[in-house]
Amino acid sequence: MIDDELVQLLSPEGERVDQGDYQSALSGDEIFGFYRDMVIIRRICNEGTSLQRQGQLALWAPIQGQEAAQIGAGRALSPSDFTFPTYREHGIAWCRGIPPVDWFRLFRAVSNGGWDPQKYRHSVPTVVLGNQALNAVGYAMGVQRDGADEAVVAFFGDGASSQGDVLESFVWAASFNCPVVFFLQNNQWAISEPSSLQAKIPLYHRAEGFGFPGVRVDGNDVLAVYEVTKRALENARAGAGPTLIEAFTYRMGAHTTSDDPTRYRVDAEVEVWKHRDPVERVKALLVHEYKVKKTALADVTAEAEAMALQLREDVLAMERPDPITMFDHAYAAPHPLIDEGRREMIEMGISGGSH
Amino acid sequence: MATTTMTMAKALNEGLRRSLEKNKKVLLMGEDIGKLGGVFRITDGLQKDFGEDRVIDAPLAESAIVGTAVGLAIRGYRTIVEIQFDGFVYPAFDQIVSQVAKLHKRSDGVYNMGLVIRLPFQGGIGAIEHHSESPEPYFAQTAGLRVVSCSGANDAYWMIQQSIEHDDPIIFCEPMSRYWEKGEVDLDNPPQGLFEAAVRREGRDVTVVGYGASVKTIMRAAETAETEGVSLEVIDVRSLAPLDLDTLARSVDKTGRLVVVQESPHSASVGSDIVSQVSERCFYSLQAPGLQVSGYHVPYPPTRLEDDYRPTVDRILDAVDRSMGF
Repeated sequence: MIDDELVQLLSPEGERVDQGDYQSALSGDEIFGFYRDMVIIRRICNEGTSLQRQGQLALWAPIQGQEAAQIGAGRALSPSDFTFPTYREHGIAWCRGIPPVDWFRLFRAVSNGGWDPQKYRHSVPTVVLGNQALNAVGYAMGVQRDGADEAVVAFFGDGASSQGDVLESFVWAASFNCPVVFFLQNNQWAISEPSSLQAKIPLYHRAEGFGFPGVRVDGNDVLAVYEVTKRALENARAGAGPTLIEAFTYRMGAHTTSDDPTRYRVDAEVEVWKHRDPVERVKALLVHEYKVKKTALADVTAEAEAMALQLREDVLAMERPDPITMFDHAYAAPHPLIDEGRREMIEMGISGGSH
Repeated sequence: MATTTMTMAKALNEGLRRSLEKNKKVLLMGEDIGKLGGVFRITDGLQKDFGEDRVIDAPLAESAIVGTAVGLAIRGYRTIVEIQFDGFVYPAFDQIVSQVAKLHKRSDGVYNMGLVIRLPFQGGIGAIEHHSESPEPYFAQTAGLRVVSCSGANDAYWMIQQSIEHDDPIIFCEPMSRYWEKGEVDLDNPPQGLFEAAVRREGRDVTVVGYGASVKTIMRAAETAETEGVSLEVIDVRSLAPLDLDTLARSVDKTGRLVVVQESPHSASVGSDIVSQVSERCFYSLQAPGLQVSGYHVPYPPTRLEDDYRPTVDRILDAVDRSMGF
């Protein structure tokens, strides 16, 4: 146990934990599905790091260590729910059905978005920390006015929890009883700053001060994250208002490929968290309780490998866009400075303007 | 043609009322806009008639007012937010430039960011600090935004409605010192397009350009100039971004002289943009360089001094004389 208050249904060794408030009713097949999700996104994320190291991406933000937090939350969503991510929600994007290649457009620096947010009900990435929490609450205010049976999730981290926008979003969500779930992945590090710099109390305790419930869940336990998120979403849809979920997890790798964590954290800490690996504990459960065969596990590994190779091909095929596309959708209505810019680019021969 | 006389504040109120009636997706949000009707009473009576779900009293956090309006826009609502005073918009600056201005682009055109940020601005009301500023240049130079300003009742009535019907986000600047001034409002037909400048007075010698509260000051300067035999053409810019350069250039090609009036400091301002762009278009017509009459490059002064900070008839006429002297 990391903390007495932590909701945990699966120990780091992969054994069931009896937790009074929450029970997992998932079938073996469903748990196997979560395992597959986690193996695939871990492999794809590793491919992202390799692609950046080979000069094919401007940047990559790995999620290794946070797979259970994201797959647990992502699989708890209903199709009609709407989610607002940061730039590190690859597992959520996967659960929303967004093709992996689309997650990479931002990091290949060919787009500032990457997918159709209305089609997948997953907003475009927000890079400015915490902005999306307010956007999510506003969206939830719209859901309320539509009388829709939908919930909204705002994703952010321990670093962003210090941002005014996040705290203002707590005020708004409480005052208007919005159908929103704040999903905070506390991965312990905001680049080089430990979460102890952001908060002197457990982060989930903050919710109480704003007037709604907070819960800390073992973010490396996919079963617990799933159940906690599912209940929070149900409460939101039922009109019971917001919940803050603190998924207590660990960023095993660097903040991004531009980061060097050896400058600010010790190996011993990383070693401790290796024993809490989110993928290994589900694998242990599947092998011991559900007698899943090695061949089935190997099939998943092979599938992930094939997907990573396909992704690599797709990323390498991603061309530099025609420069004139920078004018597309800068405004919805005609604008003289957009026309002027386009005209200049064509006259200078920078673009054929055929776009 | 039905016309009626009302204050600019009432014209905004009626324009908002009509927008709320026409489109169920239109919402208003801001501090004290419900029972109180806003500190300037622009939303007076609207919460009573349209309910608390559509005319929303917001907790006191400007970033949240704009940030939640963004989420509502993504959901398909059109929100007109009220920032209580010019100097209180800065906490929302991040949401405005990072999300409001960029989300249509970032979503490849999927998100409609049609929302209006109402911003009471400029001085002349004898207020304490942070209640008399002209922050419009910050927004005018931000790609993805549009910035407009009304100068009287008829424009106020129509421009607020045109703004909420427009599909791009709009910073709507309202000169506080003109809220209580009355004007004729045509309830049937808009005077012109939202992004068009208006020639308020035709003249021969010097084109004098301004927006918001400055327009009336320029009109008074034109009356005085006329007694001295100088004919000023007065243009109300109305759309600060984008500028209606066709109207501005047509006038300067005729007069050969340009004076721009604004309350913000002139450095990197709407006025400096007008001078620069008109110079490029009208180089061979100009008889003198474009001149600016602006606020000084100091923090807005204590308002006992504001009459010596804001452009006056005398300062405008002095600039006209300098222009004529070239």
